[in-house]
Amino acid sequence: MKKFLIPLALFLGLVVFLAVGLKRDPREIPSPLIDKPAPAFRLPTLEGSQPFGPEDLKGKVWMLNVWATWCVACREEHPVLVAFAQKNAVPIVGLSYKEIQPQDEQGGKLAPEAKLQLARERSVVWLQRHGNPYSTTVMDLDGRVGINYGVYGVPETYVIDRQGIIRYKRVGVVTPQLLADKILPLIRSLETS
Amino acid sequence: MRRVFSSLWLAVCFACASLLATQSLAKEAVPMAQEPEVEARLVKIAEELRCMVCQNESLASSHAELAEDLRREVRDLIKGGKNDAQVKEFLVARYGDYVLYRPEVKPLTWALWFGPFLLFLIAAVGLVGYLRQRRQAMPAPAALSEAERARAEQLLKD
Repeated sequence: MKKFLIPLALFLGLVVFLAVGLKRDPREIPSPLIDKPAPAFRLPTLEGSQPFGPEDLKGKVWMLNVWATWCVACREEHPVLVAFAQKNAVPIVGLSYKEIQPQDEQGGKLAPEAKLQLARERSVVWLQRHGNPYSTTVMDLDGRVGINYGVYGVPETYVIDRQGIIRYKRVGVVTPQLLADKILPLIRSLETS
Repeated sequence: MRRVFSSLWLAVCFACASLLATQSLAKEAVPMAQEPEVEARLVKIAEELRCMVCQNESLASSHAELAEDLRREVRDLIKGGKNDAQVKEFLVARYGDYVLYRPEVKPLTWALWFGPFLLFLIAAVGLVGYLRQRRQAMPAPAALSEAERARAEQLLKD
């Protein structure tokens, strides 16, 4: 009898491992930036106001949301952010990530100014159509700031605390459930601490 | 005849496949920059780094846009005089150990590095134990009786 129990136990162990492995999202990789200072940048804004940087929001808890008009999943996420922004819980800063894609430049490389203008035009139209949850949007045309934040799949969302430390990162769509269960409680605890 | 045909057919298949392979390789080639040294080092480093988008492709061979951007960053770092370890550190700081195809040996990765050897050791100990037990469980061969010995000698003589 014991002879059969050992392989059975081994097999069941294997099944449990594989079952857990199947349920996990391979895209979800823990970011090394958690509990590290948010990388500094200064980028032109969509609105054309003064260039924005994370220092401008020091002393406040805020969210950084990486998006682009070409990003399909961002469309899915957008109504959630718009609804969340209406609660005025924290400022949400948009990071327009590589709005101009290589296929947009097939007719020849665009000059930086032309690129920025085209990106602005497109983003404004998109935000008018779907609503604008962002207190400001910064334009990361070459994706360098994205790399510093470890962006590898839009949309991505960061929660940054009052000292400018990244406390949370979400790769993929933010859902109402995630906001209610995780992000809002985190924001509250960061604001009181 | 049939054999000859089938081996000929196989040869044709191989030729086609290798032709296709070289073509797709040619397509994948990284755009050569002005400095071949920088490019060579880039390829060497990027082969050991994972593309975060495709996950099972190296940064050197990936077509993903992010991979292209990261190659650009690595190229800039190399030109800026950074050594290979510093380049890798740059990427690990942003994307985590996951970008390394050959993760650093540290307490967190001990299970990864030594786990297979540990499992092998356990299996080997188990096997030795099992074989010993089996040998003990087997009855010792009975000694030959006088008659049997005589018969065996008879058989050997013939």
